[in-house]
Amino acid sequence: MANKEEKIEVEGEITEALPSTMFRVQIDGGHSVLATISGKMRKHYIRILPGDKVKVELSPYDLTRGRITYRHR
Amino acid sequence: MIVRKSAAEIEGMARAGELVAETIALVGEHVRPGITTGELDRIAEEFIREHGAVPTSKGYRGFPAATCISPNAMVVHGIPGEHRVEEGDLISVDVGITLDGLVADSAYTFGVGEIDSGSQRLLEVGKEALAAGIEQARAGNRVGDISHAVQKVVEGAGFSVVRSLVGHGVGRSYHEEPQIPNFGDPGRGPALQSGMTLAIEPMITAGGPGVYLHDDEWSISTQDGSMAAHFEHTVAVTEDGPPKVLTTAKSREKAGLLP
Repeated sequence: MANKEEKIEVEGEITEALPSTMFRVQIDGGHSVLATISGKMRKHYIRILPGDKVKVELSPYDLTRGRITYRHR
Repeated sequence: MIVRKSAAEIEGMARAGELVAETIALVGEHVRPGITTGELDRIAEEFIREHGAVPTSKGYRGFPAATCISPNAMVVHGIPGEHRVEEGDLISVDVGITLDGLVADSAYTFGVGEIDSGSQRLLEVGKEALAAGIEQARAGNRVGDISHAVQKVVEGAGFSVVRSLVGHGVGRSYHEEPQIPNFGDPGRGPALQSGMTLAIEPMITAGGPGVYLHDDEWSISTQDGSMAAHFEHTVAVTEDGPPKVLTTAKSREKAGLLP
């Protein structure tokens, strides 16, 4: 059985910083998503800039939106 | 956290995997015009239980059957029932088995009788993509290497990779970390180490990548109605070289289902 978790985790790179801490992220392997920062990252004041490689959670129900959950060093 | 399995666990998974492969081969022998997917599921379940194992899907998050049987435009998680197999159908069979506490997961898409050349090509590309993904599952590589290999083969052939569904770790339970998407860039994602047991499963469509969930809350089909194929193996990453494919069996090779 394939995993149809509530969310898929993929890797990507930040292409653009948008207002309201939204980011445009280029997902590995193709498409681009609009993503927000996860609460945990806000709590720890982790900054994200264009060019950063990040881990993104996508909903299988809308692959054009995501949540950034980790910034790689 | 990605759990690495001991040699003993991998041996156990190989036993479960052999039964999975034999179950799929058995279902394949019975796939022909006229039979219903429900009957195929019953055959599979009986075979599995006869061998002292349990079908992992049954009761898993409420799934009602022992196998997922998905015809034509349905990609995965088809609930076996009244669908009568017809000439030209593509029937995907996904089997998960728990034997002595260890789980193995594999899938195969069968073409029924005479299938059109597009469907034939889809099946070939699906198997090629799985082989390419398995080839990358080595210690020192990353999950992204597997994902990228699958994507390259599939999109190179002009087909699409389903993005909403992913492969996964497997072994002590059905779905473990890591997630293994069928698209991505090489060199990214978690690092692979020996002992990791992965279910690599390219899910591909002849048209676009979009899919939707049916009202039964399980079956997933292509949005544009194009044919879909699904191939899967459970593999164990080794210290060196290509991984050990756990879901193979002599009977499966005999039935011509290599890999």
